[in-house]
Order: sequence, then C-alpha cells, then structure tokens
Amino acid sequence: MAGYFREVARRIFAQEFRESNLTFKDGDDQYAPQYLLTPTGAKVNRMFIVGTLTEKEDIGTDSEYWRGRVSDPTGSFMVYAGQYQPEAAQALVECETPAFVAIVGKPSTYTTGDGNVLTSVRPESIQVVDGNTRDMWVLDAAKQTMDRLNLLNGDGADAVKAVEHYNPDVEHYRGMVKQALESLKEYQ
Amino acid sequence: MTETAISIKDRFLELGIEVPIEDIEERLDKLANKFKVPMDEAKRSVVNYFLKEHDIARSDFYTSQDYGESPVVNVADITEDGKWVSVKGKIVQLWDNDHESISQVGLIGDESGTIKFTKWARDDFPDVEVDKCYLFSNVVSKEWNGKIEVSLNKNSSIEKIDEDIDVGTSTVNFTGAMVDIQSGSGLIKRCPECNRSLTKGACTDHGKVEGVYDLRIKAIMDNGVVTQEALLNREITEMVTGITLDDAIAMAADALDQAVVLDLIKNKLVSRYYTVTGPRLDRYILVDSIEQESQVDSALIDSLLAEVEVA
Repeated sequence: MAGYFREVARRIFAQEFRESNLTFKDGDDQYAPQYLLTPTGAKVNRMFIVGTLTEKEDIGTDSEYWRGRVSDPTGSFMVYAGQYQPEAAQALVECETPAFVAIVGKPSTYTTGDGNVLTSVRPESIQVVDGNTRDMWVLDAAKQTMDRLNLLNGDGADAVKAVEHYNPDVEHYRGMVKQALESLKEYQ
Repeated sequence: MTETAISIKDRFLELGIEVPIEDIEERLDKLANKFKVPMDEAKRSVVNYFLKEHDIARSDFYTSQDYGESPVVNVADITEDGKWVSVKGKIVQLWDNDHESISQVGLIGDESGTIKFTKWARDDFPDVEVDKCYLFSNVVSKEWNGKIEVSLNKNSSIEKIDEDIDVGTSTVNFTGAMVDIQSGSGLIKRCPECNRSLTKGACTDHGKVEGVYDLRIKAIMDNGVVTQEALLNREITEMVTGITLDDAIAMAADALDQAVVLDLIKNKLVSRYYTVTGPRLDRYILVDSIEQESQVDSALIDSLLAEVEVA
C-alpha cells in the first residue's frame, strides 16, 4: 500500500463545477488518479456535495442508468449512477424528489462534439439527509471556496495552474459565495 | 563585530590554529560593512574561508558543543517542520520496514504522546528495542504526509536510559463530514483468544474459531482539506447509532446477513458532520466521544459575508 492515500473530498459549488473543464493526471502511470481542476484552484478527485435532489430519471436502455439533478444555491449538479455504482443507483431509485441528499463521488467530464466540456458526478454513496446538514454543507463549501479564492494569487501549484488556464474572474466567484451565504440567512 | 571576531579566533585556537585577529576583523568588516552581508552570514563565510585555508573539516569546527545540545521537549510540542530537538521516551512500536535506506522506524512516546521516528541505514546507531527508554539527542522534526515525525541524522545520538517513562496519549479533535465507513465495520466477530476481528470466520493466528460478536465503526472523516480515520468502539457505536449489540445481532439473524447492520449504520451516519475526540494512534483517532454538528454557525456566516463584501 506504499504511497496510497485517500483522496480528500473537496467542497465545490455547482456553478464552479459547471465552469470547470481542465482534467489532468499526476504522472504518466495508467493508474495515476485523475483530477479536475476548478477555476478557484481546487484539485478534485473526490467531492462531497449536499443539495436538493429535484429530478431523477432512468435513462438507461438495456440496464438501468439513473440520472439525478442535485441543486445547491448556485446551480445544479448532474449525477449519473449505473450498474457500476450499485449502492448509489439503488439509493437514487428509492429516493423521492424533492429531498435533501448528500453525495460522495468522483468528478467526471464529457466533451461534446463541439468541444464543450460537461461535468457530472459519479457517486460512491448517496444518503438522504436533513436540512441542517444541507445548510452545514453550504457554509462549509462557502468557507472552502473563500479559502481557495484567497490563495488564488499565491504561488501554490494548483492556484498558478488555475489562473493560467481559466484566468478566473475573482469577483464572479466572490459573488457566487455571497449568493450562497445570503441564501442561508434568508431561511434563518 | 569584535566579539564575533574573538569568538571565531577562540574556536580556532581550540583546534590548535592561531589566526590573527586582524585578519578575521578585516574580512568581517569587508563583508558586513562594505558588502552589506548580515553578520551571521558574514561570520559563516569568514569561518569557511579559514577552514579551507587550514584544511579543517567543517564537522570538526561545528561540533554540537558549539551550538549546545538541542533542548529535550515533549513530543506533543513538536509541531513544526525542521526543528532540532531531543526526545526522551519509550519505544512504543517498531514497524516492519522493507526500505533498505531505513534501519528502524517506529513510534517513540513520552508523557505527552507519541511520535514517529526514523533511523536511517546511512547512520551507524545501535538498534533500539521496544519497551526500552532512550534519549534521542539532536534529531530533526519533519513533516511527511501531513504528519510530524522526527528523523535521526549524523549529529544525533541515542542513549539508553534507566527510567521507565509512562507513555501518555494526546487527545485530538477532528471536525468534518463522515464520508465513508470501511468494510470490517458494523457487526463483526472477534477471536476469543486474541480479540482480533475474524475474516470469514477465521482468525489470522488461531484459524477457525467460534467468534464473539462485537460492534465497531471504522469511519473516514473528511474536512475538505485532509482525511482522518476514526475508530468507534462498541460503546460509542451504540451511542451514536442507537443500535445496541443485541439489536444488531437480532437484525442480522432476521436478515440472515450481518451486512444489514453496516447498511443501516451507513444510512444513519455517512454524510453527516461530526466532531470526534480521542487519542491518536497511528493513523486512527480512537474515539472517546462523538458529537453531531447540526447547527449552522451563524457567526461564521456573518464573518464570511463581511469578508466577501470587503473586496
């Protein structure tokens, strides 16, 4: 098990996730983990999201393949679970909509014919949670996004790479964090 | 500056070499005043010059007496990378190591806790033994995989001491989401001889045995920056899940499957935020108490909002 370590589950808002399109590997090894780099410099191999499951649909032809839409204060994540994610697919089947769900999963990208990159989440686990957990996550994601924004102009490798690739508009992402935080205030 | 020059002269005298004080001062003066080199660096440079001139090895000049022994500290206080310290403690564990450049690796502990140490094959130290106490002088702390450890080097020394040191454990906190529960959690069976958990009804040492039921959770906590493994024993597991060992046995008997217990525990716990407290052992926290975090910290919302709006 030398060199193995568990990838940390990053907290990213849906809007930032949708605006991400850079994937890369550390090293040439075929088993090297794949990462998605987001515009604020999160290097994501695993993510933890909590939001509202608003829609679900079986889009499989031969076998079941479930697509879910999970909404947070800034947008929606697309979640796909099929036969290789049996536990998560089963959870999606049993889950009613709308419901608060928490998902631990891996980012996945798909490049369309015209070169757009679509991001989605391949879940490892899906749990139905309560509203407090959802609010905790929004605050958690806001805090971690702010932390990344504050480091964005530093010389961390991920930050430098993100700036180079996305040239991100910091105000845009501050606005996103603000929107998320304000949504928390509204319901208090 | 004269003091610095004198200290250099004295040190060379101890090594049996007479260096004229004017020469030292002249060089120091040139570096420090004319070329604006900081005094420490100027001193270093001047010393190096005379070392070369008289063909003296650097290690002869900079013996540990020159700097003094590193202070003996509690291992819990070793938190920074790159510090010279001495550690007095008991060898708690020695780990198998298959790396040829490492001669021994394990845990040394004192009243305040334990810390990993590495003794390299390139240095010629006697081997240490488990449960014996030693003074490790002049070791360097370093951060490796997010944890602090100490490393011996050629300026270190190992001295066996005739004291018995009680190894304490330091209690740590970790707050984060429980992102996964590992296999080997839930309702398990343990070997009645050695208490190890059984796989497929067999103990790695004692073979096929009639196991004893137990409940435990091996959880992975994650705060978005690092992950932390946590071990919950039966008592804590019963408390946090509300499932007693008897309930679990009954559930498993009903379903003819132990796995239902783990599924239920996962449904109750995974993805929730918790704070766990307990001593750290190796890569685990042995959980003494666990608290679900379910109240949003409104002060944090306000301070983050303020931060967002400032820019």
